Amino acid sequence: MSIWEYANPKKFMQTSAWALPWVTGLAALTLVGGLIWGFFFTPDDYKQGSTVKIIYIHVPSAMMAINAWVMMLVASLIWIVRRHHVSALAAKAAAPIGMTMTLIALFTGAIWGQPMWGTWWAWDPRLTSFLILFLFYLGYIALWEAIEDPDTAADLTSVLCLVGSVFALLSRYAVNFWNQGLHQDASLSMDAQENVADVFWYPLLVCMAGFVLLFVTLVLIRTRTEIRSRRLKALEARERMA
Amino acid sequence: MIPELGKYAGTVLSAYGVTLALLAGLVALSLWRGARVKRALEAQERRMGRNG
Repeated sequence: MSIWEYANPKKFMQTSAWALPWVTGLAALTLVGGLIWGFFFTPDDYKQGSTVKIIYIHVPSAMMAINAWVMMLVASLIWIVRRHHVSALAAKAAAPIGMTMTLIALFTGAIWGQPMWGTWWAWDPRLTSFLILFLFYLGYIALWEAIEDPDTAADLTSVLCLVGSVFALLSRYAVNFWNQGLHQDASLSMDAQENVADVFWYPLLVCMAGFVLLFVTLVLIRTRTEIRSRRLKALEARERMA
Repeated sequence: MIPELGKYAGTVLSAYGVTLALLAGLVALSLWRGARVKRALEAQERRMGRNG
């Protein structure tokens, strides 16, 4: 069996219908479990006090803001190279989710930054690249809505996605490129000395898994909607022609 | 029920409030549009089935 079988809308609808209840259940379990663990059962940080609890929403949402764009990039490349409609529709379906994740990361970062840095916002490399990423999400969604022909819309949004990938990567690695700005280095590291303490790390891992599963759940739901919407438009056009 | 958040209670609760509101809105919109498109497609298929 080949992965390209899922490029067939019928096969995708069948498989996603089977997978959706499982993924949804797992997403709810990990997300609710992780957030309850982090919010209610972790101690305050010796420096940041109770604001450390924001890590359980800020880090997973920032991670998904970037990874959603990476997923859209892969789907766009598949569309450009192989012209599979499901991949273009999956990229379209993922964009509002990624935009919401970016918004959450920006909001929670500002709320966290105010007491820790003394400011809601600074033109720091990571913050600025995240803001630009948010604008790319807006532009990507607007472009899909602005073009009537779906294949042309998929072509142009795929090109926009390739360009925006620079900022998605930049928002991930900005703190490594420029040793300036308020935002600290990545909170998570394979190096045990640099990584956050285990008492924060384990619930954070569960929250990150929850956000990934929530993203997968929503992409499946929204891609199914896009496939149905495409079929509806085709049937309406066929009826008009008859 | 709510843990002792000290002087940062407003900060932490507003961060969680914004996040949960945005996530709930996203999930609700996705489900609502999904249900609306599904109903419209089923109605269209029925209509075309009747009319041949």
